[in-house]
Parts: sequence; structure tokens; C-alpha cells
Amino acid sequence: MLVHGEIWTTKEYFVYPNEYVTWAIQIVMYPYMTGLVAGAFVLSSLYHVFGVKQLKDIARFALVFSFALLPVAMMPLMLHLQQPFRGIEVMMTPHFTSAIAAFGIVFSTYAAIVATEIWFVYRKYFVETALALKNKPNKGMIDGIRQLIFSALTLGAWDISNEAMEKDHKAIGIMAGIGIPVACFLHGYAGFIFGSVKANALWMTPLMPVIFIMSAVVSGIALCLLVYTIVMEGRKRLARLKKPGSYGYQDLKHIRGVEDHEVKLTAKFLKIFMILAFTLELLDLVFRGYTAMKSWDALRAVIYQRDAFKVFVLQYAIGNVLPFIMLLWPRLTVKRAAIASVFVLFGVFMMRWNVVIGGQAFSSTFHGFMEYHFPWVPVNAETFKEGWPGVLLVAVTPFVLFYILNKFVPVFLMEKEKDA
Amino acid sequence: MERRNFIKGAIMVVAGAAVPMAALEILDPKDVLAANPDLKWAFLVDTTKCVGCGMCVKACKTENDIPWTANVSRTWVERYVVTKEGKVWADCPKQARDGYTSPLLDENAAGKISVDPNDIAKGFFVPKLCNQCDNPPCAQVCPVGATYKTPDGPILVDRTWCIGCGYCIQSCPYGARFFHPVLHVADKCTWCYHRLHHGMKTACVGACPFGARQIGNLRDPNDPVTLAVLDDRIGILKPEYGTNPQAFYIGLSKEVD
Ligand code: SF4
Ligand code: SF4
Repeated sequence: MLVHGEIWTTKEYFVYPNEYVTWAIQIVMYPYMTGLVAGAFVLSSLYHVFGVKQLKDIARFALVFSFALLPVAMMPLMLHLQQPFRGIEVMMTPHFTSAIAAFGIVFSTYAAIVATEIWFVYRKYFVETALALKNKPNKGMIDGIRQLIFSALTLGAWDISNEAMEKDHKAIGIMAGIGIPVACFLHGYAGFIFGSVKANALWMTPLMPVIFIMSAVVSGIALCLLVYTIVMEGRKRLARLKKPGSYGYQDLKHIRGVEDHEVKLTAKFLKIFMILAFTLELLDLVFRGYTAMKSWDALRAVIYQRDAFKVFVLQYAIGNVLPFIMLLWPRLTVKRAAIASVFVLFGVFMMRWNVVIGGQAFSSTFHGFMEYHFPWVPVNAETFKEGWPGVLLVAVTPFVLFYILNKFVPVFLMEKEKDA
Repeated sequence: MERRNFIKGAIMVVAGAAVPMAALEILDPKDVLAANPDLKWAFLVDTTKCVGCGMCVKACKTENDIPWTANVSRTWVERYVVTKEGKVWADCPKQARDGYTSPLLDENAAGKISVDPNDIAKGFFVPKLCNQCDNPPCAQVCPVGATYKTPDGPILVDRTWCIGCGYCIQSCPYGARFFHPVLHVADKCTWCYHRLHHGMKTACVGACPFGARQIGNLRDPNDPVTLAVLDDRIGILKPEYGTNPQAFYIGLSKEVD
């Protein structure tokens, strides 16, 4: 009879009999996904709060994408629970000495803020679309439904006079301003969940939340940069197909110019946050070695021997140093930035892996080790939820949501307007 | 003591039956216990008496319905072998369920290790169980309050409420917790709370043929466990975590983790 975690754990040397790798791939996905949410939001706020005007295009994109990622942040948590149907109790009967109990509050606050901000950004569009549909002669059923949806989305605020728009603008700034600390909190608190486990020598450090926030921003920016580039490439392809003057035509040169500009500037911010994240992680490592507490022997064995490849090659070399050089190298192209982003995303994923799985790679006895074997072939519910199918579900959902959201809050809207 | 408690309890039940519905919540079992500040359970392990027979583990698995073949247990016995060079070996095959019958140390994936008897400086057994910490990190981190501290000491898990997040398992420094293989909720030793409240000792205490395990009431100054805790030189496991364990050990050695 298998205990939860037994199927993917091998023990070596003296390990407590009840110890297994109980937090597996979904707990790697959890901070990874929340990190992307928080990072994407911070990127969008660079424009709204700090007035980095040049980021206008990608900012709106990042905002909507952050919203699409949001529901996905709690999916891994649900999937890893042994009693998923009781998961709602975290919100209903929170026990506030627990870091996880804050999840419901932090999460819904954040969701509300992002939703509000999006609403303000798109209110004008909602009103205009609803009005246009209303005045459209001989509507079909679909148009009728669309009109209903868009009218509902306006929430009854039909005023799009200049003064009203001015006010909206202010509101956006305020929401984005409040949003940054809340986004950092959402993710810093994921770091706190780990950092406050005093029983785990690798996790327990007050630096954990800060490290998590920095790497979150890094991964969020990288993902936005990547997806943005892909979407823009798609638009370029479309632009090539369409003739000038036809419906939806856009100038190829214009798209290329915008893309190039936004990507380069975003890459600059990416570099800054990468330096911060890397420095903090290094500080943590050096500090642990220097203070060499009782646990250090076990930690050293994990970091420098057992997991050395994952830590130094996959995480630091391929995930940090390589993309950093790629971004730093003169004459940065859009393609190079996009490829570097892929490496960055991989690096942050490996960092989460090395924290979550690495933290369970040694026993609390400090005499033994546990190795996690990813269940490549799902054989039961456990390996289904916490194996490939579960991971794919979590990874694909944000893109599906983004696609659907984009139907109602088109991310490239304003630019079209400007062209017209 | 048991009788007095029983009478007290009986009076409360009668009183409870007599009051109107609105007052029923006053008789929450927790409050009833809190009103009895004369109970505070403590466990005493005399490692010098343990021979590693595993009777306690057998008794525990049976008493508490932990599947016999599952590789987890609410209590277990560790074996330590320290060589003359100071190398520490330890093992715990099958939670010591079948007792220690082989001189080979079971180091899991690293195989079976044999240590030359002439090289051995010392060897001993250490029974382990939940420490029912006074400052329990497991109860602190439970997001839904399914793990909670009873007024008389032991930490319990509400099996109808646990969402199975495993946070408590991660936060126990002693490896006392695991997921129940059948019920899929967090599980751990309760010091047989259900037995204590019927005036019985825990299953493991009853099963140990050598008296290595004892349970007692710290509020009772004449309890042998209280006397030992007050008068003897006792240790606790991993004091550096600040959990304030209520399981006390006689003959603990620095090699024990
Ligand atoms: S020993 Fe572990 S499970 Fe028991 S009370 Fe202490 S922290 Fe909780
Ligand atoms: S596994 Fe159950 S008892 Fe443990 S922290 Fe989670 S909800 Fe609480």
C-alpha cells in the first residue's frame, strides 16, 4: 500500500520512516505561476505608475495576460491537495496563524484590483462597442448577445466625455499603484510559505519572500516579452496577407517598429531585475556556507553534489548567465530577446524546482537523502494530478483564458485606433 | 484520579442535559477540558531500556488502524551505531515494526551496511513518536485549523476537516506526520488520546515489555513521569526548533536527531 509521495521518492541512508517528497511538481508550479502573475502586473505598472510611456503597448498586454494567469495561480494548489473538494475551506474557515490561510484574502484582493484596472482601461471600448451594436441595423442573434455582454460590462457607466475619461485615467493610476504592493505581497507571501517552515533548513530564510518576488518579476517580464513577440509575429504575418485598404489592414513597418521598440525597452527592465534576483540568491548561498549551521553538511551535499547539475548548470548557467549575456550583447534583436526569454523562463522554473524539490532532497535527520523522480507515466490519480496531465493543464489554461479574454478586452485596441 | 474525573464529567453531562438549547455551546468539550486544569500529559522514554523489539510499533499500528504494510507509522524505533572513529550510522527498517533482528544496517538505496563489531563504540535504540509539542508548528501552519492543540496537551487532527495540503507534514521537524494511505488526510501519533480519556495508557506503553515507554500527568506531583521529569536528567529532541516537546528522554545521546 503506497503512501502519498512514496511512488516518486527514493530514500538513501537514514531517513525518518514517515518522510517522503510530499510536495511535488504542482508545488513547483504554484510559485512559478503566481510569479508570472505578479511579474506581468509589475511590468504593466511600469507604464501606468512610473509613466514609462514607451511601454504603453506591452503594458496593456501584460495587464490582460496577468488577469488570464490569475485563476491558474490556484490550480496547482488545488491539484496537489489530498482532499481537493475541501480546498474551499481555506477561504471559508481560514486559520490565520497559517501562511496559506491568507491566500484567499490576498488572492481575491489582487483579483479585484486587476479586474478594476482592466475595467477602467477598457470602459470606453465597452461603451463604444455596446453603442455601435445597438445602432447596428438588422442584428443577428450573436450581435444581440454581444450587445448584452458589452452593455453589462459597462456596469451602467455610459459617460465617455473627456472629463469622465480624465477621471478614469486617474483611477487606473491609483489601481496600478495599489496593485504593485499587492502583487508583490501575493508572491512574497508564496515565498513566506516556504521561508517560514523552520523545520526545513533550505527554505528557512527571511530572504525567501524577497528572492521570490525578484525572480517572479523576472519570469513575468520574460513571459510577457515572449508571448508579446509571438503575437506580434502573428500580426506581421497577417499584415503581409492583407491588402492595403482591406478590413483590418495594418502597416507592416509600423508593427515592426512598435515591436522592436517595446521589446528592447522591456529587455532593459528584464536585465535590471535579473541582476537583483541573482544577487539575492547568491547572497543566500554564500551566507549559508559562511554561517555553516548544523544543517550545512546536508545542504552542501545537496547543492554541490546531488543537485549540482540542476543548480549550477540548468538554473544558473542556462537560466541566468546565458540569457543575461544574450541580452547584454550589442545590437539586440527581437528574436534574440525572445530566445533569451525562453532561457530565463526555464531558469526561473529550475529555481522553483531547486527550492521546492531541493528542499525535500535531504531528510530532517540530516543523515539521509530523498530523490524525487518525476512520474513520466501517469498510473493512478496521484500521478495524473501531479504528473504530466496536471502540469499541462496548468501550463495551457492561461493561454486559453487569454484567448477568450482577448475577445472582450482586445489588447491591441488602442493602437488600431491611433492608426485610424 | 480517573474516578474523580469521571464523576466530574458525569456531573457536567447531567448539567448539560438540564440546560436550555441556547446554553449548549458552553459545553464544548474543549471548554470542559479547559475547566479541568489538572491534566497535562507527558511522555517519558527511557532509551536505556529499549531493546528494539518493535512491540510498540506493532501495537500502535493495530490500535490506530495504520495499514500493516504501509511504510509509515505513528511511532517507530531508530537504531544508532557509532563507530570508534565517530561515524554515526542509523536506520529504521519498516519503522522497526518487525524488531531489529539483523546486525546489518538498512540504508535504503545505499544498501545494507555491515559494521565490524570491533569498530563499534556504542549502539542503542531510540523510540520515537509525536512530541505533542507545547509550541506546535504543525498546528500553527494548518490553513484550516484541522490540526489543533487540546487543552490537556496532545495535538489532534480533525479527519473530517483536513484538506490534505501537507503543510503540517513539512513543518514538523521530527518527521512525526504522514498522509494516511487510506483516508488521505494528515495523520500522526495522538498518544492514544481516545484511550487516555478512558483511563487507559497508550497502546505502545502497554505493549513495551521493558518499560521503556511511560505516560503520565504532569499536574500530578506523585506521577512517576512527573517525578522523573522533575528529578532526573532528561533531554528533549531538537530543542533548537523551539517547539517545546512534551516527550522527554532519558539517556539521549548527541548523535540522535
Ligand atoms: S512532534 Fe511534530 S507533529 Fe507532533 S506536535 Fe510536534 S510538530 Fe506537531
Ligand atoms: S494536511 Fe491537513 S492537518 Fe495538515 S496542515 Fe494541511 S489541512 Fe492542516
